[in-house]
Amino acid sequence: MTTQALPSALAAIVDDFQAMSEPERLQLLLEFSEGLPELPDRLKDHPELLEQVVECQSPLFLTIETENDGGPAGAVRLFFKAPAEAPTTRGFAGVLHEGLDGLSAEEILSVPDDMPELLGLTRAITPLRMRGMTAMLGRIKRKVAAASGVRS
Amino acid sequence: MPYPVEQNEKFAAYAHPERLVSTGWLAAAIESGAVANGELVVVESDEDVLLYETGHIPGAVKIDWHTDLNDDVTRDYVDGAAFAELAASKGISRDSTVVIYGDKSNWWAAYALWVFTLFGHQDVRLLDGGRDKWIAEGRELTREKPAPARGDYPVVERNDAPIRAFKEDVLAHLGKPLIDVRSPEEYTGQRTHMPAYPEEGALRGGHIPTAASIPWARAAAEDGTYRSRAELEALYLGEAGLAEGDDVVAYCRIGERSSHTWFALKYLLGFDSVRNYDGSWTEWGNAVRVPIAKGAERGSVPVAVGS
Repeated sequence: MTTQALPSALAAIVDDFQAMSEPERLQLLLEFSEGLPELPDRLKDHPELLEQVVECQSPLFLTIETENDGGPAGAVRLFFKAPAEAPTTRGFAGVLHEGLDGLSAEEILSVPDDMPELLGLTRAITPLRMRGMTAMLGRIKRKVAAASGVRS
Repeated sequence: MPYPVEQNEKFAAYAHPERLVSTGWLAAAIESGAVANGELVVVESDEDVLLYETGHIPGAVKIDWHTDLNDDVTRDYVDGAAFAELAASKGISRDSTVVIYGDKSNWWAAYALWVFTLFGHQDVRLLDGGRDKWIAEGRELTREKPAPARGDYPVVERNDAPIRAFKEDVLAHLGKPLIDVRSPEEYTGQRTHMPAYPEEGALRGGHIPTAASIPWARAAAEDGTYRSRAELEALYLGEAGLAEGDDVVAYCRIGERSSHTWFALKYLLGFDSVRNYDGSWTEWGNAVRVPIAKGAERGSVPVAVGS
């Protein structure tokens, strides 16, 4: 798998990670955890609208919305919630947010399921923790497929 | 040179008060320069591999339970050479006083302390209440990573037998007390992992026959500190039915929550023989032909196991 198959924003993130040493990659992941946007108020007040990804080591909730210009080409917006005490989980969410937010359903569904492995973090983070990110991506794709009627 | 032991009324009631320090004591030790001059080494050990980087106790070094303490090939802890290198690189010498703290009421800190004990490190203490209490009290955090002078640590082979139980040890132990520290849902077999935690793929749900269910968190107060000696006695001697001098094995899912209970039984209540079964339910729940019990009842010792 190469980054050519990825949407451009996600490919750029993967390239950044791959160009770095392992300690720098962890630092970058920390920056993504800090860059994860807050939930908008309408979701903050309605935690029941978010779904928990139980495979993550720390509580991580997410949801998607498709912008209302109709049809499968509408932009998909991603929303995540994870506590500040879980920077690794927040970091994964930050990567997926920056890499996928605003893309079309087709673009998101085209992301390979094992994309998280491209970040080169498995050794530093451990496979156990990487599973959480893979599960997050899987949940996003399932929700996008269900909402758009496009088969993944 | 061991650093002086904290004296206070709560700790004095415990069997081994020298194993705990309070946040106030640690703050004063840092203030006095004991961490900066290497008399005291403070170690943070968290579940989340990046949490230390978001801010830690000034002067604290980081040890990750997974990447530093687990061997990445064999399902086991690192060997003597790797541990010596790790310790030295963190500024720890064989005679250093080490204070460990972490997130989640010290699960991973207790686990790290247990691994230090496998290597026979003499003076290793737990920060009562851990990271959360330090933060709740508004104490200083920093992102500055210390660069400690290398410690002098010999290659010491682990001595597992006194405090670590393997599956075969647990089979041979059946009939003697076992403490299951997982959630009630995991104990009964309703689920095989912690609520809202990763599914680690145990094929059977339930518990080791005869094990008493005392979820780990019951040993901790609201602020994450250990409960008083009297409260711990009510829990483990009263409710679990342990008696003085018992040989006890504690287990959970992967051995980290049970390290927290192991610490309470070993150092706070003073049981001489307490072992942590780190294979725990991820091994037992998948092992072929080991007996399990389902439901809320403890169950009975099966006859002729494996014969």
